Amino acid sequence: MTETPAARDEDRDIVIRVRGLTNRFGEQLVHEDLELDVRRGEIYGVVGGSGTGKSVLMRSIIGLQRPEEGEIDVFGVPMLSASERELQAVRKRWGILFQGAALFSTLTVAENVEVPLREFYPRLSERLLDEIAAYKIVMVGLSPEAGPKYPAELSGGMRKRAGIARALALDPELLFLDEPTAGLDPIGAAAFDNLVVELRDRLGLTVFLITHDLDTLYTICDRVAVLADRKVVAVGTIPELLALDHPWIQEYFRGPRGRAAEEAVEEAEARAEAAEAAEGGAEG
Amino acid sequence: MSTVARFSEAQEDGRRVLRFAGDLTLPRLGPLPQRLDRLKGRDFVLDISEVGRMDTIGAWLLHRTARERGGEIIGADAGAASLLRQVGEADKPIKVRPDPPPPLLRVMDQIGTATVLAGRTMLGLLGFFGAMLISLWQVALHPRRFRLNAVVQRFEVVGVHAFGIIGLMSLLVGIVIAQQGAVELRQFGAEVFTINLIGRAAVKELGVLMTAIMVAGRSGSSFAAEIGSMKLAEEVDAMRTIGVSPLEALVLPRVIATVAMMPLLAFYAAILAIVGGGLFCWVSLEIPPITFIQRTREVVPLTDLWELLIKAPVFGLIIAMAGCFQGMQVESNAEEVGLRTTTAVVQAIFLVIVLDAFFAVFFTSLGWT
Repeated sequence: MTETPAARDEDRDIVIRVRGLTNRFGEQLVHEDLELDVRRGEIYGVVGGSGTGKSVLMRSIIGLQRPEEGEIDVFGVPMLSASERELQAVRKRWGILFQGAALFSTLTVAENVEVPLREFYPRLSERLLDEIAAYKIVMVGLSPEAGPKYPAELSGGMRKRAGIARALALDPELLFLDEPTAGLDPIGAAAFDNLVVELRDRLGLTVFLITHDLDTLYTICDRVAVLADRKVVAVGTIPELLALDHPWIQEYFRGPRGRAAEEAVEEAEARAEAAEAAEGGAEG
Repeated sequence: MSTVARFSEAQEDGRRVLRFAGDLTLPRLGPLPQRLDRLKGRDFVLDISEVGRMDTIGAWLLHRTARERGGEIIGADAGAASLLRQVGEADKPIKVRPDPPPPLLRVMDQIGTATVLAGRTMLGLLGFFGAMLISLWQVALHPRRFRLNAVVQRFEVVGVHAFGIIGLMSLLVGIVIAQQGAVELRQFGAEVFTINLIGRAAVKELGVLMTAIMVAGRSGSSFAAEIGSMKLAEEVDAMRTIGVSPLEALVLPRVIATVAMMPLLAFYAAILAIVGGGLFCWVSLEIPPITFIQRTREVVPLTDLWELLIKAPVFGLIIAMAGCFQGMQVESNAEEVGLRTTTAVVQAIFLVIVLDAFFAVFFTSLGWT
């Protein structure tokens, strides 16, 4: 699935373009002159140490945090100078999963999925709303019993899936995920990674993903942006990042956990190749 | 050409064919779902070869129409076919809301739950009171464990910070009582008894009751919210594992501070209510302050002050206990903190008023009239 980024890709459409972004909280400078481009159809991972402003970056892009300076274009719409109508049109085209899933606690899971539909398309009939909510819930891998449950009755992993179902309600082109696998057990996290890739492949989504999870980075991200020193210090596939000489990147990916994730991926690939070869042999 | 989703009907080879065109996507659907719902008959052929873009919602509409009307979808390209397959796989009956129980059963269920809950709360409060006495006893045995700093800090929050609002409130209540009383008493030419009314009402009831309500709203609620959020953040559990008793560290300082501050605040409130009444008498009834003070000293017996000083700490105990108890009951989520805070205030005010009635009967039978 990985696509090699090259200079010729530059004319492909860019879904998110950030230029010269500066964010400041009081004396503390979080971002300074930050730049990034997210291309259509890719899974774009953002990593960085704690406090490097990953969530602030996402909040700036989706308009919850007004940056001090900079330009942010989403789908070519300048987010900082656009009118409320233009913004609303952009909001129809993205879906967001917050870190804690941010489900509305007074509504059931299915009703949660219906909220954006009701908000943006008030003319849809009740019946169609219920049906859309139902198939979205199945699509994200929740069991049918989860529909009429309240968020408080769900486990963390189920809540994240319900959050994704809500984020996908409008069939968005762009999906923001803030630490989707944080707090999930390894099995749940792996399943979630698969879900993201599957949704991207099926629905042609572009995914902006903030994560700390090295396995997620290795297995699903097409490109990874490293946030350090108040800006994006490097963007690329993981092998490309590993070739760089940045101390933080080396420590992050070459640490014991990074190596374990790398080995796991290599092992999985080797196994897949072996299985393929065996299959070919059996057929031949 | 517009890209709004639409379809046209035609009769071909004895079958009805629905020809779809435009974009079958959510923003472009328009009235298409309603039109599809209004269609009569079965066994359609759904021709989507002229459809532009399609999303899962468009695919769902096609899938549903085909499933319910025994239709057949033709002309799907690879992308559309894959979307149709996906929504087909995800087609499972799902309830959106839980089934509402039958009304009679629901009412009985609610009554039962409320009864059990009320019983549990009373028992819990009693148990909490007991646990608090035990930890008080333990602190008395080991005076070093007494958290003087925490208590003094609470003195400030519960007492000093409340001076402004309680003072203003009492002053205004004093003025209102005097004004309303004077209007009534004037009818009998007994305006001078306004002084009796203010003096006795302020010292005996109003000062302590209004203060209790204010303290319940200010401090009782904040105790519940503080302890509740600490429980949510597992701070209380952390305390336990380090060997610090939450009762000693969190509850006792708050209870002691409230019990100590309530009489002072209530006395202060009573005095300010009298001052407010005095101001009104001076300005409106032309009773000079000297006369007012002299008359107040004559008509307000000392037993009224004893009543105030006995009731106030008891009310303080109830308010602080209700606040801390409700805070400690928080278990699961942030919503519960709000709920428990409200309950703490309601419970405290209710218990204060009930106890006030008991005190009234009790002091009357003592002969303190």
